[in-house]
Amino acid sequence: MSLLTFTRGEICAMNIVTTKLRRFAPRRKAHVIPGFGLSVGVTITLISLIVVIPLLSVLVALSGISWREFWGIVTDKMVLHAYQVSFVCSLIAAVVNCVFGLLLAWVLTRYKFPGRRILDGLIELPFALPTAVAGIALTTIYADQGWIGKIFAPLGIKISYTQVGITIALIFIGIPFVVRSVQPVLEKLDSQYEEAAQMLGASRVRTFFKVLMPELLPALLTGFGLAFSRGLGEYGSVVFIAGNIPYKTQIAPLLIMGKLEQFSYAGATSIALVMIVIAFILLFSINFIQSHMNKAAKNN
Amino acid sequence: MKIKKISVLVLTLSLALSALAGCSSEPTETTSGDDRPAEVEILNVSYDPTRELYVAFNEAFAKYWKETTGQEVVVTQSHAGSGKQANAVIEGNEADVVTLALEGDVDAIRKAGLINDGWVDRLPLKSSPYTSTIVFLVRKGNPKNIKDWDDIVKSGVEVITPSPKTSGGAKWNFLAAWAFAQNLYNGDDAKITQFVKDLYANVTVLDSGARGSTTTFVENKQGDVLLAWENEAFLSQKEHPGEYEIVTPSISILAQPSVSVVDTNADKHGTREVSEAYLQYLYTEEAQRIEGTWFYRPSNETILKEFSDIFDLNVKLVNIDDDFGGWDAANTKFFVDGAVFDQIYKQ
Repeated sequence: MSLLTFTRGEICAMNIVTTKLRRFAPRRKAHVIPGFGLSVGVTITLISLIVVIPLLSVLVALSGISWREFWGIVTDKMVLHAYQVSFVCSLIAAVVNCVFGLLLAWVLTRYKFPGRRILDGLIELPFALPTAVAGIALTTIYADQGWIGKIFAPLGIKISYTQVGITIALIFIGIPFVVRSVQPVLEKLDSQYEEAAQMLGASRVRTFFKVLMPELLPALLTGFGLAFSRGLGEYGSVVFIAGNIPYKTQIAPLLIMGKLEQFSYAGATSIALVMIVIAFILLFSINFIQSHMNKAAKNN
Repeated sequence: MKIKKISVLVLTLSLALSALAGCSSEPTETTSGDDRPAEVEILNVSYDPTRELYVAFNEAFAKYWKETTGQEVVVTQSHAGSGKQANAVIEGNEADVVTLALEGDVDAIRKAGLINDGWVDRLPLKSSPYTSTIVFLVRKGNPKNIKDWDDIVKSGVEVITPSPKTSGGAKWNFLAAWAFAQNLYNGDDAKITQFVKDLYANVTVLDSGARGSTTTFVENKQGDVLLAWENEAFLSQKEHPGEYEIVTPSISILAQPSVSVVDTNADKHGTREVSEAYLQYLYTEEAQRIEGTWFYRPSNETILKEFSDIFDLNVKLVNIDDDFGGWDAANTKFFVDGAVFDQIYKQ
């Protein structure tokens, strides 16, 4: 009792101290990076200089041609086919990367084994390697006389110079996106959840899909979106392995290069614009789905 | 508070704007011809297969220039697909001289205003100091018995050649095949087109550039025959002795790479004198021999004969001006979007 009783003087002194302290307390919520105005200003400037203005210059380059010409270029049969090759191969590659990347991230975070750190370091290598080097190396290995291609050749499966080859190149360049998006989430995810699910009698499959998946899905989607859009634009590694035969293995970025080579800037930018718009819609919708999922996760 | 925010925003924006403005002004320097600096640097923007040639030539030129003027000259080389290089120069790669695969590529730089009109006639032989042609590179023993163009359109023969849409050099390949068919079918366009269509139906890998095709054929062992620049074919043969044979067809095309000083850049850098001397030196006997050694056909007839044991001088060579009406006509007829090359792939 006596501990909680104060004399009048003591209370008075405490009041003075608290008001003094209050004076030093921040008036609004503190941010780590100071100055909303400054940071937004810098952000907008950088995004303008590096992203928005170069992208808008695409529109400027297009101003020389009419809608009809634009439509004629982007709906040309050869161009449509190239879009199809680019989209289908990128999509398959991104899906494969999601499965493979999730597994890889799982192994890297959940198990301890010798060489784990080295494996972890190898993940980023596709980013560091010049894409042309990757392309040439993959082509040589998967060509019908190469190390791996040799195994498939007797079965009648050709990898280099087919759409399979293109997909493999895109898997190669896309894998870091998925692994690095999923890894931090997996690291944070306490294995208690899995244990709890098992204690409550859930099967392993059920635990995976009902307990782990909802947590991982947003990150997996990010990885998917990044890998997919990177695949759409990839040029350097794909041209070597693609074979570039029109109507068969020609990718859209190659057509863009072809048009530039003929000094047809409007033609090149027309194809590019369609790709930019589609990629933007795609990434935007992925972000949208993701924010919904995050909200749903919070509400639960 | 609000005023502070706004002032910070204004400050950052103005900083950004001044940074943008700063980009547009460039320093210009000029040096007069007589008092030369001790060292001068020029940039030669060239196409893929000339890499080795210019390494040798630059060394010879540097020696010559040092002896005549006392000035050290450092030549920086840049190599990539010819059209890509032309684009790079137009977009601001400050080449002092260009040595490209096609007259059309150099002319595109003229159209952009960087090279003066009439550049073709500034140097002898339409500014093309060395020439080459298109030949076949086949595997040892020539297993498919390929002798001429009509052997490579047969079914079952796999052909490797770059796409003329992305590779300037590959236009020569296409035109050489066309020239053969034109002779065979006496100018019947439908039959010639069918011939070229059959040829490209046999193409299994259509690389984006000449070096890419060589890699596909030589390193990745694809296809039975590579349509290649003569110099590129000899180089592959030299690097892989005993693995390849060169077959020169009965008709091919005289490939005339073009060279020019990029006037705007040379004047800006004050390198016009050395740049012009550099290109003129390509025509000297010494340089012509270097070109021959690196498997380019010297334009000097006497020196060309010295290399008659290397080059097949009996091949009938058509040329772009007399047989195809120049590059503008050839591009319009064959290579622009929707022209013959696109047609033969239409299904």
